[in-house]
Amino acid sequence: MSISDKGDDNVDLSRRSLLIGTVGTALVVAFAPTLFAQPASAKTMMADKNFSPTVWYEINENGVIKVNIARAEMGQHVGTALAKIVAEELGANWSDVIIEHVDTDPKWGYMVTGGSWSVFQSYDPLSRAGAAGRIMLIEAGAKALNKTIEDCHAKNGFVVCGDQRISFSALIKNQQFSKTVSAEALKNIEIKSPKEHTIIGTQSQALDIPPKVNGTAVYGIDVEVPGMLYARPVVPPSRYGNKIESVDDNDAKDILGYQGYKELTDPSGWLEGWVVVFADSYPAAIKAVNKIKVTYLHNDALSISEEDLQQHGHALIADREAGALLVDVGDTTNAQKNAHQQLDSTYTTGTAMHFQLEPVNAVVEFKDGIWHLHSGNQWQSLTLPAVAKALEVEDSQVVIHQYYLGGGFGRRLFGDYMIPAALAAKAIGKPVKMVFTREDDAHFDQPRSPSVSHLNATFNADNHVIGIEHRFTSGWPTKAMAPGFLAPSKDGKKKIDMFSASGSDHWYSLPNHRVLVYNNDLVQKTIVPGWLRSVGPGWIQWSVESFMDELAHKIGQDPAKFRLALLDAQGRQSGSAPNSVGGANRLKNVLKKLTEKVNTQQSLPKNHGIGIALSFGQERSMPTWVALAAHIVVNPESGEVTVKKLTCVVDCGVVVHPDGALAQVEGSLLWGVSLALHESTEIKNGQVASSNLNNYFPLRMKDVPEMDIDFIASDEPPVGLGEPGTTVVAPAIGNAIFNATGARLRSLPMTPSVIKAMMKSTQSDTA
Amino acid sequence: MVTFTLNGKNVESNSPQDTPLLWVIRDELGFKGTKFGCGIAMCGACTIHVDEKAIRSCSYPLQLAQGKVITTIEGLNNSHPLQKAWVEEQVPQCGYCQSGQIMQAATLLQSSPSPSDEEIVTHMNGNLCRCMAYHRIKKAIKRAAEATKNDKTSDVNIFYPDEQEIQS
Repeated sequence: MSISDKGDDNVDLSRRSLLIGTVGTALVVAFAPTLFAQPASAKTMMADKNFSPTVWYEINENGVIKVNIARAEMGQHVGTALAKIVAEELGANWSDVIIEHVDTDPKWGYMVTGGSWSVFQSYDPLSRAGAAGRIMLIEAGAKALNKTIEDCHAKNGFVVCGDQRISFSALIKNQQFSKTVSAEALKNIEIKSPKEHTIIGTQSQALDIPPKVNGTAVYGIDVEVPGMLYARPVVPPSRYGNKIESVDDNDAKDILGYQGYKELTDPSGWLEGWVVVFADSYPAAIKAVNKIKVTYLHNDALSISEEDLQQHGHALIADREAGALLVDVGDTTNAQKNAHQQLDSTYTTGTAMHFQLEPVNAVVEFKDGIWHLHSGNQWQSLTLPAVAKALEVEDSQVVIHQYYLGGGFGRRLFGDYMIPAALAAKAIGKPVKMVFTREDDAHFDQPRSPSVSHLNATFNADNHVIGIEHRFTSGWPTKAMAPGFLAPSKDGKKKIDMFSASGSDHWYSLPNHRVLVYNNDLVQKTIVPGWLRSVGPGWIQWSVESFMDELAHKIGQDPAKFRLALLDAQGRQSGSAPNSVGGANRLKNVLKKLTEKVNTQQSLPKNHGIGIALSFGQERSMPTWVALAAHIVVNPESGEVTVKKLTCVVDCGVVVHPDGALAQVEGSLLWGVSLALHESTEIKNGQVASSNLNNYFPLRMKDVPEMDIDFIASDEPPVGLGEPGTTVVAPAIGNAIFNATGARLRSLPMTPSVIKAMMKSTQSDTA
Repeated sequence: MVTFTLNGKNVESNSPQDTPLLWVIRDELGFKGTKFGCGIAMCGACTIHVDEKAIRSCSYPLQLAQGKVITTIEGLNNSHPLQKAWVEEQVPQCGYCQSGQIMQAATLLQSSPSPSDEEIVTHMNGNLCRCMAYHRIKKAIKRAAEATKNDKTSDVNIFYPDEQEIQS
């Protein structure tokens, strides 16, 4: 089972029929509920609203096409990409298209925006919905113009039949539509080949950008409802196990607008030991939390440090029997017995944080029996039931209203921040706007777990790599927040968080390959490990691709040639239709293209280095093929690394929204630089040590390298782009540092002090 | 009571003198385009203009605003060359920092109509973009500078409502 299959569990669009009908003065195209028995015409059904259709798009009498978007907009211009897919098949005029982000409703099916899935999952159903609309409009147009259907096609919002044409809006004004297209018929509709595309793959501006340059874009933090109080939480000293001993708000009482506090009881179990203060204004709430004194009973979690988590990880993976089996090719134990030589390396990564710029927040209002939550969120289908459980109501009594997200990056997948807001509103009996300060947000983050990875490689007498054994451990976000999504291990004996394991099941052909995955239970008890942009592949590729370089150097081969030889695309590495056609050959292709652009063998000035790394993105069943070369220079005095240039080649199949795709790769590469070199925190006293931008340092403009990004022209189905760029940067930089200095970095982030120390020990080794 | 000019209108606030101006602008006066990011003047999302200078409104107490001329992103009236350049270069991703980026950049163009790369970096480095659209921010600033140079009729100066009223 792949990760991306899971999102479709309760709404499988391929089993639904499509309804096309006139409602009022508009043409509406909607998917029917799964068990739609068709007791009446499509038009009557939709007009009577006696079922809840999933309206994908509608065209009004002026020809304006509104495409409904059930995905969160957090910077990826997702609505633009999805609307382009509909418009392409419909034969629309792109300038007639608008988008609308919808609220939670079961009719939308499973609502999640993450995993780089949006375009990948939507491409086929939205193409078919668009094509079905086109077919119907062409039928109507042919009739209106007295032509045969075969002589007509749809283009730029018109049905064109020879030298005559009629606009979609004229057809919608003058004709009544009512049609049901069965799931079977929908499946058989021929969708356009990429060569016929005129909207997909062409440059256009993102529809969400204009309101983002004039202050009118509405984010969750901008919402107000009448009669609301402001609230700020007193975030407890750690995630779990806090019990309040006493609360003293005497010093807060003379703050103008202070309205008191409440202790929260959370039936869902997520919040332990929470106090919330209320005030007439947010600055008063900020002050009140600073003045209120909450003491807690003793909590063992407060003694845990980053070092403890790392040590626990090392101990866990030392037990070769305890891991969950993910890859089991050949016999690595036998390979180790017969090896001519072996190489062992251990890689670690430290805790990292989201720091999405809009601190988490929610406005909650109980109205007419429904709890309305106004809050930007990526995974409504996970968050809504948790909020309902906390409020002790049915899921149907909760609605999440969606807004622009001031950054997601995985922090807004499980919207745990809505729980204290909802409980606060319930406790005070009024609408509440809860905003976390930056410090509150940091201490309530779902950080990227620390990790430990061990790799063992075996060589035969000819210096060929014959096997790799790979064992690694981290906290598992999926276990903490969505345990139903854990996957069975290869032998069915254990569970695996594939989000924290993907990347190890790579496309290099090895006669013996064994991967064992371990959950770090101490991390699990200490923090809520988070899905942070690119999740597992963000640190797993770091170890895999650094190790590939180590192997190449060990046997004196060029790292690029060494990789090319292992990408033979044989057997399980040959790929499969529809999403990984070509398999390892496509990874080989991006690497070849990269080496045509960058001479990785060139002689460089002292302390300069170029390093490469490859990645297949987020999952084997949705591979985004990426090759990166990083050109860096190391300051030998300080150990500081300057990234001069990143050259990247990406094959993501069809590129739907080219400029949006480029922006995603630009942003994700720079995230990779930031996580590799700049962002550093640690768990201290059971909590992240960083609280704000004075002690956590994401990449700033002065450290941005030159970037040269190419997309491979492809007719293959589109895959994801939000995260894959992030996964290649750290290993490419690490490999470049090795090429520049001979120092092999094996821990992230690569801080100047560690680099300097490694350089010193390398020099003394060679001296 | 503190009185000042906000986007060309005289406004007043009775909030405590030490209230950060950010919350007065957002929650009392209703201009939500200015954003809250860090609260310690280190991200730049709350950048506004006070008497032509870019300041961090999260750390600027209300009392200092007395008698000042204050402009927020809304005061640029969607007509500033930077706003046009921001769309043409497709700068924003999540967009949350962009009001602050534009307000910060506007003061650069005023003091240096054709800024060098180095000047841009020095002037903009305090504004965090978590989506890391930095490359495009740089390009858009240059585009706006170029557009203004080529088109003498457009005015890169910070928007002043009084002037605009006189012009129109």
